[in-house]
Amino acid sequence: MFKGSADNKIEAAMSELVPEPRQKPAVPMKPVGINSNLLGYIGIDTIIEQMRKKTMKTGFDFNIMVVGQSGLGKSTLVNTLFKSQVSRKSSGWNREEKIPKTVEIKAIGHVIEEGGVKMKLTVIDTPGFGDQINNENCWEPIEKYINEQYEKFLKEEVNIARKKRIPDTRVHCCLYFISPTGHSLRPLDLEFMKHLSKVVNIIPVIAKADTMTLEEKTEFKQRVRKELEVNGIEFYPQKEFDEDLEDKTENDKIRQESMPFAVVGSDKEYQVNGKRILGRKTPWGVIEVENLNHCEFALLRDFVIRTHLQDLKEVTHNIHYETYRAKRLNDNGGLPPVTAETEENHESNL
Amino acid sequence: MASSEVARQLQNDNCRPLSLSGHVGFDSLPDQLVNKSVNQGFCFNILCIGETGIGKSTLIDTLFNTSFDDRVSTHFQPNVRLRAQTYELQESNVRLKLTIVNTVGFGDQINKEDSYQPIVDYIDAQFEAYLQEELKIKRSLYNYHDTRIHVCLYFISPTGHSLKTLDLLTMKNLDSKVNIIPVIAKADTISKTELQKFKIKLMSELVSNGVQIYQFPTDDETISKINATMNGHLPFAVVGSMEEMKIGNKMVKARQYPWGIVQVENENHCDFVKLREMLICTNMEDLREQTHARHYELYRRCKLEEMGFRDTGPENKPVSLQETYEAKRHEFFGELQRKEEEMRQMFVQRVKEKEAILKEAERELQAKFEHLKRLHQEERMKLEEKRKLLEDDMIAFNKRKAATELLQAQAFASTPSVSLKKDKDRKKDPGFRLELLCFDVRDHEIVNVQEQSEREKLERDRISHREFQK
Repeated sequence: MFKGSADNKIEAAMSELVPEPRQKPAVPMKPVGINSNLLGYIGIDTIIEQMRKKTMKTGFDFNIMVVGQSGLGKSTLVNTLFKSQVSRKSSGWNREEKIPKTVEIKAIGHVIEEGGVKMKLTVIDTPGFGDQINNENCWEPIEKYINEQYEKFLKEEVNIARKKRIPDTRVHCCLYFISPTGHSLRPLDLEFMKHLSKVVNIIPVIAKADTMTLEEKTEFKQRVRKELEVNGIEFYPQKEFDEDLEDKTENDKIRQESMPFAVVGSDKEYQVNGKRILGRKTPWGVIEVENLNHCEFALLRDFVIRTHLQDLKEVTHNIHYETYRAKRLNDNGGLPPVTAETEENHESNL
Repeated sequence: MASSEVARQLQNDNCRPLSLSGHVGFDSLPDQLVNKSVNQGFCFNILCIGETGIGKSTLIDTLFNTSFDDRVSTHFQPNVRLRAQTYELQESNVRLKLTIVNTVGFGDQINKEDSYQPIVDYIDAQFEAYLQEELKIKRSLYNYHDTRIHVCLYFISPTGHSLKTLDLLTMKNLDSKVNIIPVIAKADTISKTELQKFKIKLMSELVSNGVQIYQFPTDDETISKINATMNGHLPFAVVGSMEEMKIGNKMVKARQYPWGIVQVENENHCDFVKLREMLICTNMEDLREQTHARHYELYRRCKLEEMGFRDTGPENKPVSLQETYEAKRHEFFGELQRKEEEMRQMFVQRVKEKEAILKEAERELQAKFEHLKRLHQEERMKLEEKRKLLEDDMIAFNKRKAATELLQAQAFASTPSVSLKKDKDRKKDPGFRLELLCFDVRDHEIVNVQEQSEREKLERDRISHREFQK
């Protein structure tokens, strides 16, 4: 009965004989599909459970970077995303305080837990970006920081005695805040995204979206999308990394309709219709952050956290990191890199 | 549920724990991860070591409920070989690429000293392939077909006494390279009491010989209890069968004997269910992880150290791979230059030798040439002499001719009859033909000239002979 059909398939299976020792290894040949003829239950699908348990035990790392001019609501948005006081809002620069001459990189780590899942979240802030009079090359410290993280990982990976779990400090996602001018992208925006879209996943967001009406919002988004396309800027999710048709259709929808997300952030709660919700209170009404009619925060949150978090990490690891590694090894003539760099100069803001 | 170790490590990194005021949603992260893995599919590679006919193929068939391969091997293999076959199995939405590697001819040879070596080589070769991929510049690890052996099922003969020497030797050589799960094959040939004693004996032998078999992990609370119990049942006594019998009102896999029926999935009869449970349902992921994190890392470390790379230099300062590499490269380069010099010297020497030989040949040729030239000169002189002689002869002859003609004329005037005779004579004597071969003496045709001069000599002789005849 079942043996008969399996036999045919088995005849098609090729076996590889390793005749003598010390020869090329036996490469398993093209696999034979022995499919739904399995009698009874074996238990192969329990591997999913096993894997899930293991990953929950080890915990996850996630590093998110926020870039944008000061006052665009970066810290507020991050706090809203992760529903906690992740970033301390900067109260603006006093004239007496020193305005940083260059862009600073501040990475702050947090441990958050939800549903048994432990996550080490690192938020990398970039105060000073775009705030100077002359903003030439202000993306360079950021690019340098990102490459330094790749470098760190590469060095760990290349060690002879490696750690069981290499600490992952690479930037998985970079939220770029666009000023809601209503017109188009600024030259600084374009320059930054052009340079960095090749090394990190960039997700552009339109900040303070409550300054635009719905029509203005749609028009602005269209114009921004067009400009990004014209300038050849590939933001996340990148078209070239769509794995299959399903991904492609899903991501196309996001790319062509929703992105860039027009968001509003808030960490204050107000009473609306008997419920306490996050929002911004204005004389003409309360802007509900999580209401899809008001702004697209919920879309951003779902996109980044609930559906594409793992994918962001994987694209960073499999593509951006590999590109960096290949380039580094090629430049060095196939050798792993030298420990010549100085330690990154980022402070921990605890 | 959460591991305190993770919390400690995170706290060490100066991270402050935060409390969430609402539902963020990253608890779907394990699901996201798992979904991705499911899309990619899983790999699992099993190596079965055991003597021919001990029931390896049958057990695998029974484990996975499929008939993989019907081929039966002979006992007369000259050496141990490995045969790997890959299959794709699917259960619900999980796709598994299962590779089964069988040893062919294990334990059949008269001299079994080298039996384990092909197995060790095979395992190392898989590690090597992965290492090579990892060291490549342009690599694609995430869709690499992992061929590293995740588990090794070692089949022990149910003698009831103890481990065979071959078994001990093989397991000792493999325990640091692969997860070994020993199983007692054909367990239906041992009675229950004998089995208990046998198991104890086996485990104590393994322990006393320092063989590290795979222990089911006990660090996860949900499965630690069951794993601990199972650890106590090792080695599993298994029976394999793909034949079905009707017991009660169910069809079960069993082996029928005149004295009873051994049911494969009956826990009282054998440990098959335990093996399946442990191998597939509970610890498959752990086996894969151990292979990657422990055995592969060990191999990688040894291999790289063999190649001369170190993490710390002679003064225990961290040495980067680059420096070591540079040093090696330098060394290598020096060696290369030395070899080049050597080769160059050899080349020069050879050229000199060849030159000497050629000069020698030239000299010989020159000597020959001289010699021949001399010969030729001599010949020439001889020829000159002969020529002179001939000319003298000619002159003499001409004189005689003239004289004879004169006489003839006088005779003709006096007696007419004589002329007839003379005519006859003249007829007989068709006239004197003087053939003088003109010859050229060319200086450079040494040999030919010699020949030619010989020929001419002969000709002349002939002529002069004819002459004198007249």
